[in-house]
Amino acid sequence: MRVTEHPILNFQKGAKVKFYYNDLELEGYEGETIAAALHANGIRTMRESIHLHRPRGLFCNIGNCSSCLMVVDGKPNVRVCVEKLRAGIRVQTQRGKGELK
Amino acid sequence: MKQTEICIVGGGPAGLTAALKAAALGAAVTLIDRNDYLGGQLIKQTHRFFGSKQQRASERGINIARELAAAVQNEERITVLTGATVLGYYKDGVITVEQNEQYLKIKPQKIIMATGGAEKSLAFPNNDLPGIYGAGAVQTLVNVYGVKPGNRVLMVGAGNIGVIVSYQLLQAGVEVAAIIEAAPAIGAYWVHASKVVRAGVPIYTGHTIKRAWGEKEVEGATIIRLDGKWQPVPGSEKDLDVDVICLSVGLSPLTELLWQAGCRMRFVPELGGHVPLRNELLETSVPGIYVAGDVSGIEEASAAMMEGALAGLNAAKALGYDAPDFAQQRDNIIKELAELRSGPVGEKIRNGLVKAGLA
Ligand SMILES: Cc1cc2nc3c(=O)[nH]c(=O)nc-3n(C[C@H](O)[C@H](O)[C@H](O)COP(=O)(O)OP(=O)(O)OC[C@H]3O[C@@H](n4cnc5c(N)ncnc54)[C@H](O)[C@@H]3O)c2cc1C
Ligand code: FES
Repeated sequence: MRVTEHPILNFQKGAKVKFYYNDLELEGYEGETIAAALHANGIRTMRESIHLHRPRGLFCNIGNCSSCLMVVDGKPNVRVCVEKLRAGIRVQTQRGKGELK
Repeated sequence: MKQTEICIVGGGPAGLTAALKAAALGAAVTLIDRNDYLGGQLIKQTHRFFGSKQQRASERGINIARELAAAVQNEERITVLTGATVLGYYKDGVITVEQNEQYLKIKPQKIIMATGGAEKSLAFPNNDLPGIYGAGAVQTLVNVYGVKPGNRVLMVGAGNIGVIVSYQLLQAGVEVAAIIEAAPAIGAYWVHASKVVRAGVPIYTGHTIKRAWGEKEVEGATIIRLDGKWQPVPGSEKDLDVDVICLSVGLSPLTELLWQAGCRMRFVPELGGHVPLRNELLETSVPGIYVAGDVSGIEEASAAMMEGALAGLNAAKALGYDAPDFAQQRDNIIKELAELRSGPVGEKIRNGLVKAGLA
């Protein structure tokens, strides 16, 4: 779901990289946020709410609201709307509050 | 511990302008923003600016942001920390910052808080489903990253932001099913509203969202008409087939750091929520902490820039920096601000500011 044509903007993209989302291999661009890369692949659910286990996605997209917490390379509670995509990272749906190992 | 004369938190239009003015007077400034770019909200604003009197009315926000950011980068008295989040303010005047997983401490002599605002949510069943975003969030996704939030959007709120983001969604090739607005009239300026209407997007005034539908993500929405007393009219429901719902129902000031610092706050609905009380120098009840831009009351970018300029001048002056035309510079900005807030459009802001004054 990338914008292919735009009358005003010209999107500068970094290098194309592979990353993993719950064992699925996906592609994105270096320099974009993890949330943007997931959305580009049609994935909008980031975590499960703590008590009612409802799906949650992006809300503010600027690091304010904590709606988008995911597990990134084993680290929980990462706000993927501000965390940049890197080659080879493993991004997982967060369930519960997350544990630090 | 790093020392600096003036620390500015937030690199949006308010923070950038504050930094430039303070540095021009001679002060050493540290400007901090959690994004890895400067410009704040302005960076995603591709539309020509609304507003009539101020000189930048027809420029695109993104260009203003680039210009200010470049000027800041070129000013040797300003140290810029990006990708740096201010975490806390301590009683001894120390600010703590996280940057690249490093924990920094900064001890400034003066602080200007210019952290901006956050988008509000709205209460309705299923409002937490993935696919429901703040309008600014979608604007960031589309205009900064070139990624679509979905295929078909319901926009809630026909103020400037709702209408402008709708238009920008169309430009990016996303369908907008409708814009709804609870008030009986469209809040946005007509230049923008007529563009989306011409593009075929219906704007339903006197309507609100009743609920969102969907199991795992948004699959639809029900909207409902409101009567003259803002009550839903039974039987007037309409189902919309949408996979995105954008909320554009206002912002509230991002004031956590001000609360931490013990600034006196007051709930002022006209300014978007709790705001810091401030004097005419834009200094809060905590001496040495100044505020500028949306954090002190939700307004617009031109006001944010003028407040930033004022706060920058005042903070530098308090440190002993001066210029031969200091009084004139300050008076000019105060006059421009008063002009911007004059007339019926500025009435709400004027009423709000009366309540936010520090006696
Ligand atoms: C969709 C949309 C359209 C708009 N259109 C217009 C328009 O046409 N004309 C107009 O005049 N205005 C417009 N506005 C309003 C305008 O963008 C804002 O009023 C203006 O950007 C406010 O400037 P600011 O500097 O106060 O805050 P912001 O631009 O929000 O900047 C605040 C900065 O502070 C940073 N920050 C916050 N907390 C921290 C922290 N703890 N540590 C480090 N950094 C932090 C943020 O990352 C951000 O960069 C629009 C707003 C939106 C959302
Ligand atoms: S969406 Fe709000 S913090 Fe990421």
